Formats: sequence, C-alpha cells, structure tokens
Amino acid sequence: MARSPFPKKISDSHKRVDLIFSELPTEKTLQKIIKMTPDRIIRDITDSGLRGRGGAGFPTGRKWTYAREAEGDEKYIICNADEGEPGTFKDREILDRRSGKVFLGMAIAAKAVGANRGFIYLRGEYSYMAKDLLGEIDEFNKLLTSKSVDFKIELRLGAGAYVCGEETALIESMEGHRGEARNKPPFPATVGFRGKPTVVNNVETLVYATMIISIGPKKFEELGTKYSHGAKVFCISGDAGLKGMFELELGMKTDEFVNIFGDGATKAVQVGGASGQCVPRKKFKDTILGFEGVPTGGSMMLFNSSRSMYNVLKNYLEFFTEESCGQCTPCRVGCQQLLRGIEAVKTGRLPNTYLDDLIRVAKTMRITAKCGLGQSVANPFISIVDNFREEMMHF
Amino acid sequence: MIDINAPVTDPGVKNALDKRGNARESLLPILLEVVKENSFLTDTAMKEIAGALDISSAEVFGVASFYEFLPIGYNGKNTIRVCKNISCYIEGKDEIIKAIEDFLKIKAGETTRDGKFTFKTANCLGWCHKGPAMLINDTPHTDLTPEKAIALISEYT
Repeated sequence: MARSPFPKKISDSHKRVDLIFSELPTEKTLQKIIKMTPDRIIRDITDSGLRGRGGAGFPTGRKWTYAREAEGDEKYIICNADEGEPGTFKDREILDRRSGKVFLGMAIAAKAVGANRGFIYLRGEYSYMAKDLLGEIDEFNKLLTSKSVDFKIELRLGAGAYVCGEETALIESMEGHRGEARNKPPFPATVGFRGKPTVVNNVETLVYATMIISIGPKKFEELGTKYSHGAKVFCISGDAGLKGMFELELGMKTDEFVNIFGDGATKAVQVGGASGQCVPRKKFKDTILGFEGVPTGGSMMLFNSSRSMYNVLKNYLEFFTEESCGQCTPCRVGCQQLLRGIEAVKTGRLPNTYLDDLIRVAKTMRITAKCGLGQSVANPFISIVDNFREEMMHF
Repeated sequence: MIDINAPVTDPGVKNALDKRGNARESLLPILLEVVKENSFLTDTAMKEIAGALDISSAEVFGVASFYEFLPIGYNGKNTIRVCKNISCYIEGKDEIIKAIEDFLKIKAGETTRDGKFTFKTANCLGWCHKGPAMLINDTPHTDLTPEKAIALISEYT
C-alpha cells in the first residue's frame, strides 16, 4: 500500500492537549484524594462536564451520584478495559504507559461512591500485559494499605468477546456467565456486579477523573466546546497521513481533522469505529467531532478515494455478525440479513431498491435490539448506504 | 449424572482448581487456566469442572462455547490469530493470511496435522495504527509483511 507522500506536522496553534499521558506523582495525588470528601469529588467531576470516554458518553458525575445514593453493603468500581471497537487502541496504550493514573481514577471513584473493591476487566487479546499489570496493581494495593485506605484492585481477564465491552455483559462475564447483556433498567449503578451498586467506567474516563482532581475542574471544563467539555484521545488509522494516538480538544470540525490527518484524498471518515457514523466528504465542513455532532469512543478510520465503501460496510457487517451474542432476535437475525442483503444487491440478485428495505431493518434494530451492539449496527449501515448508495448498487 | 465427589483426573483441571478455587464466579478464570495448560477443553474437563463447581456441565459448555479464547474439542499447541478488520485490511492482511496458509498448508480456521498450529482470523486486536497485526498465543506482532509473519511463526516450529 502506498503511503501518503506528505505526512504533515500538527501546527502549534492546534488544539493538542497533554493530560492523559502526562506524568503524575501517584503517592502525592493519593494523599490529595484522601483529604477530599466524597461530595467534593462528585461536585468537581460534575462541574468539569466529564462524560464517558468509552463511546456512550454518559455524564460521569451523574453515574457516580447514582451509585453513591444507591443502597448496598458492598459497592464496586469496574474499570472497563475490554477495548474491542475496531480502530481503537488507546486503552491498551494508557494501561501500558500510565496505569498509575488509572488506579488513581478508580480510587477516586471508590471514595466518591463508597466502594472498597475494584476490578480491571482486561480483554483477552491484551493478556500479554497481565503480568506487568498485576505487579503494578500489587504495588498500588500496598500503597493503599500503607495509607489505611480500604480499597483493593483486582485484575480479571476477558476471553475474546466484543460484546463484553457493554457494561452489563461485562458484569455477566465477571460473574462467570456468558457475556449476554442484561435488561436495563436497573442500571449497574444500582444493581450491578453481584447485584450490588457498581460503577463501570472506561480506562480513559478514569484517567480524566484523576486529572480533574489534580488540575481542578475548571481547567478541564474550559477545554472543548459548550456541549463537549475537555479532550479525548483519538486513535487514527486507515488511509491516514498521520497515524497513531493524539489527544485533542473536543469539538473540532471534521474538515480540520482531515486536513491534519488525511492523506490528501480522504473521501470518508468513520467516526467511532464499526458501531459509529460514517462522515462523507461533503459533510466534513458541518460535522463537529463531539457530543453535539458525531461522538467517538476514540476510533477514527480514514478512507481515501481508492476504497470501496461496499467493502468497508461488508467488513463491518461481517464483524457484527460474528460478534452478535445471539440472545435477541433483532440483532442475531438482523446482522445476517443486512450482510446477505448488501451482497445480493451488489451481485444483482436483488434490485437496488432492496437497500431501502434493508435500511428499514437497520432502523428496526436500532429500536428493538437489547443492547448497544445491535442498536448501533444501524449507525454505519444507514450512514454508509445513504451517502455512498451508488457504491452499493449493481450496474 | 455428574458425581461431584468423583476425583478430578485431568491434571490441567486439577491445577486450575487449585489456583482459582471453585467459586461459581471463578468459572471463566478456571477455563482460561485449563486452556493455557491443555490448549483446549475436552468433555471430560468440562464435566469435571462442573462437578467441582456443583453446576451442570451444560452450563460450563454454554460459557465455554461463548468465548473465542476457549476452544472446545481440539486446538493446536500454538494459536495464530490475524486481524481481519478494516484497518488491517487496508494495510494488507489478505497477503499475510495467504502467506500463512501457504506456509502451514492449511486454511484459516484449521489446525496443522502435527497439532502445532491452529490458524484463525480474528476481530480487532487493538493495533490498528500498526497493521497488519497478529497474535501468536498471547504475544502481539505488528507491522507485518508476509516474510516477517512466516519468520515469526517459524520460531515456534
């Protein structure tokens, strides 16, 4: 594959941020946390405007408030490191380079909601990290004990199932069951792991919580836009001139993003991985990368004019067909029908108008599927078929 | 019927139970441990685990069959997983898959005759900026070329 001839540098004026991978003294920060009251922590996190960085974007302060108010003799903090979305690799890198800040984030959450046990659910594909991570966790637990903090972290390994990134499926898996999502409500904040109030936060969210406590909510809140406060780690792959991980302020326009990271011929950006939205070139100017526009869990895949969007969509649908857990019919059958459907249209076995029927199937899945996996299949499907219809058709 | 008092005969299961205990919640860690030791799960192993945890063997099978990393029945000593998602596809995962298939003389999803390798394609391994990527057992390898992939696999023969 020919690489981009002009890898561009990010200009200094650009909204790069350095919060996630900055160094932070663990012990000193822990002392600061010990001195804070739970109310103060929740107020700071709420004021900062932090929303979940795993993809769904639920306000972190609110999640913690629910868990704090929930009745329970035991409460749990779970760090969701089951990063399976195609195109994301930030959680691995964060745990690799700055695990201490993740542990601190868990300690902050624990103090805020009154939990004394924490778990890191690491995906099976990252099990090579487990040995080092166990050592670091052990060290952190010892530090907690030396400061008489009643909190302990444990590591749990996943076994290769994308759906376990969904918080209730993750909890099922941690309890030793098939990773099948539960009905919501009740939400994990009230009925979670072992039926107790549980906070499930993404790795990156926890690190931002640590940074908010460390630098104060105001500095974080000032970053980004009115609806998308703070920054985010973007993982860039595909036909990009510049690949890798970049922490950027939220609220950037897609065309600005493409100018920096594209290879000069970008025709579409898939924002948020297989379950995200496809933004075509004609919409680059009006699409904001943030909660008010198209949100992302980190994955940013760029496609240039040499790519067939049919192949891209087919690849996504094959992914969902394999990873659907199969417990609810809309997702189990829907994914297969969408995949077979676009193949039938492309090869001319069914008329091009069948694409409209498939869009209706996708819309039905969005409403009727039990968990986020099935509901979000409609995102790539509708945005790709709508914007690149001629590439889906048989001529 | 499962006799919960029957002695555990599979050394892999015995080792896993010693390490992880027999709480219901430990089922997944136990299964992972057995796969690490034995490369795959047998009917006997699953029945023995069911006995030790006092749950039905169907439940153990149900859990094991859900997860990609818990092969049942048969699996090679080493498992090769090549990522097939879009970023690795763009970087040329098809050439890597073809090269490995030619080298091992098997198709994706199969195991070599000598039982040394099982070759699979996998969903996102989390190395999208350094594709094509593959896992050999637990170890990730990135920025692959067909030659590099073969050289890496050769180290395990």
